[in-house]
Amino acid sequence: MATQIDALEPLPLPEGPPERRLPPRQWIRENLFGSIFDSVLTVVFGAFLAWAAYRIGKFVFVDADWEIIRRNLTTLMVGSFPRTELWRVWAALFVLAASLGFGAGAVGAQRRREVAEGRAEPAPKGVAARRLAPVVILVSVLLWFSGSLENLLLVLAIAAVGAVSNVVGRRTPRRLERYVPLLVLAGILIAFLIIVAFGGIKWNDWGGFMLTIFLAVGGILLSFPVGVLLALGRRSSLPAVRIVCTAYIELIRGVPLVALLFMGVFMLGFFLPEGVARPDTVVRVLVALVMFTSAYVAEIVRGGLQSVPAAQVEAAQALGLSPYRTTRQIVLPQALRSVIPGLVGQFISLYKDTSLVFIVGLADLLTISENITKQPDFLAQGLIVETLVFASFIYWTGSYWMSRESQRLERRLGLGER
Amino acid sequence: MTAAAPTTARKPPLWRNVRVLRFVLQAVFLLAVGGLLLYLVDNVVGNLERLGIPTGFGYLDQPAGFAIPDSDFSSAQSLGDALLVGVQNTLKVSLLGIVLATLLGVAIGVARLSTNWLVRRAAALYVETFRNIPVLVIILFWYLGVVLRLPPIGDAFEISGVTVISNRGLVVPWFDQVGGALLFALIALFGLGAAAAVWAWRGRRFDRTGQPHRRLLWAGGTLLVLLAIGFFATGSPWAVETPERGERSTTGGFRLSPEYAALLIGLALYTASHIAEIVRGSILAVARGQTEAANALGLSGFQRLRLVVLPQAFRISVPPIANQYLNLMKNSSLGIAISYYELTKITRVSIAQQAPAVQAILLLMAIYLLISLAIALVTNLVNRRLSLKGRR
Repeated sequence: MATQIDALEPLPLPEGPPERRLPPRQWIRENLFGSIFDSVLTVVFGAFLAWAAYRIGKFVFVDADWEIIRRNLTTLMVGSFPRTELWRVWAALFVLAASLGFGAGAVGAQRRREVAEGRAEPAPKGVAARRLAPVVILVSVLLWFSGSLENLLLVLAIAAVGAVSNVVGRRTPRRLERYVPLLVLAGILIAFLIIVAFGGIKWNDWGGFMLTIFLAVGGILLSFPVGVLLALGRRSSLPAVRIVCTAYIELIRGVPLVALLFMGVFMLGFFLPEGVARPDTVVRVLVALVMFTSAYVAEIVRGGLQSVPAAQVEAAQALGLSPYRTTRQIVLPQALRSVIPGLVGQFISLYKDTSLVFIVGLADLLTISENITKQPDFLAQGLIVETLVFASFIYWTGSYWMSRESQRLERRLGLGER
Repeated sequence: MTAAAPTTARKPPLWRNVRVLRFVLQAVFLLAVGGLLLYLVDNVVGNLERLGIPTGFGYLDQPAGFAIPDSDFSSAQSLGDALLVGVQNTLKVSLLGIVLATLLGVAIGVARLSTNWLVRRAAALYVETFRNIPVLVIILFWYLGVVLRLPPIGDAFEISGVTVISNRGLVVPWFDQVGGALLFALIALFGLGAAAAVWAWRGRRFDRTGQPHRRLLWAGGTLLVLLAIGFFATGSPWAVETPERGERSTTGGFRLSPEYAALLIGLALYTASHIAEIVRGSILAVARGQTEAANALGLSGFQRLRLVVLPQAFRISVPPIANQYLNLMKNSSLGIAISYYELTKITRVSIAQQAPAVQAILLLMAIYLLISLAIALVTNLVNRRLSLKGRR
């Protein structure tokens, strides 16, 4: 049987409608001046957009005083991280570039194979460049602000390491492919250890954009297992388990993150027995973020669990699999694959939500952007616009880039087409 | 189970009996969760007693010791009253924010599907910009970067008699009560009843004859006419009061504080970008055949949108938009970052004024949960009423 199926020719992919190419004049008439109403809209909007573009361009290139960013770039990136220990950050970036590059290479190889077997359309030309564009722009702007040759060389070296491990990743043997996610996770863990381990780095030394990333990545990685358990619990056939999990999820989802951060910062100490050392604020905030995010992750995973056809479970039971093995080997692999875009979306939310630690006084990117305007050299010059525009730019490129990637992933997994 | 029933089938041993297992598993789970909760509560109570902090909610009766800007609340009133003012302020910014975000979001969502290239791209630019920046950054930007940098009251922008815009807020004309309003209120109530009757009548007439009902026009017109009659018959109980600029402040009119304005604008802009995406998705989800059928019937572009596409898209979009309303309400807690005195800010100030943190935060969470549930209830009712009968 199996050999017969393998021998079948894959069906050709259906072709879309032919692309309509209009000469420019006709295009303009159809898309900008289709009717009187359209023409009015075009003129009004065109004027407004031109004015806005002029004002923004003038601000960014003429009026703005970027000196405050230039002088505080290191602080914005790493906060009050000991300056003698900065090599740890660079080393961590090297490790991250290696493991992420490797992972991307392995995924790329998988995709190329799918294309070769006719199961997927080949990517259009220049896609890789476009995909990386936001990151490249972000890094270039940061380098321009830093204006140091040393940083440029380090960034180029990191890029080279990423490229090399990408090439290596493409040659991953097929039977080892399933370990690639583990390898990427290990890379993230090693990067984390390089920053904190051996040498008196304290939790509260995390700061700036690095803290933003740490809270977002740490938050999503820690909330994932909790969220999966909560989702399984919510769909459990045991009423007690179901009720407790549902109550937790709905309780957390009905409460703003700020309230949970307050709970972490002001209340967590009271929950610990007497004599136990009170954790640092960074840890408290991370606990609050995980409590918050796991409820949302649980709802995303529940969606995935519901999308697994009931027949899968029935088939597993007919084969005599235990409930544990049914969940572990049949349900979860299918469910989790379909929730990846949702999880990326939640990660983007978390990435933006980490800015809320501003309210409890942690020195993240946003807090520092606000604080540096109070330095004696920059006081009362209204530089808050410059610093907030800079912070927005960083948040925006990261979030935009990830949401683009998530959309690609969604298309690739063929979700949203059911 | 242990009762000896006359049966020939071999009973499974106790540890493989599903019913026993289910019972045991649940008991163990509940014991574990309950034990953990008890342990935590015990720790909290122990810690509170050790530090000499009261454990009850009696603190709510204590005088607050702080005043709340832009309200009649004085520092002698109780902390409980302060929380009520906080609830009011939270609702004030959330409800108006929901209205603004919906209007803006629907407009931009429709604009994203415009046939006009420029409008389409501009709407996309708006959505991509605001969706990818943290809402707190947007709020701070409006507060620190825009509202507070408006000219001081001495050089305020002024459209004479209409608005005064300065860094002390935006002042617009408002109604001022100058006469007895009871009679007017009665007439207004009657007007509402009459409008409802006209609405129902137009609906029945439409069902009978198929003539366009124009319910909104008829009922609204009835209400407006009756209100106008009532207003003049009772001797104009309300007068419009225009803001007057003084040396240090403005008198008269309604003042939007800078904090309120910044929070409202920030929340509305951010949520609108999410609502726009939902609206766009819902419109795209309406089957193409519907649009084609509307075209075949000869409906104009606007009619097609209003009569065929939007009503169906609206039905799809209710649950996700309701979710956005909840998010907006929860995000109003960011008012604390710019000292807008909503629930969270007042809780924070109370804690600074010696209110016990544990109870204050639990209460804060409970109140948010209640508001969330209330919003969810309303939107669920709307959803049930809108959803197609016979499906599900």
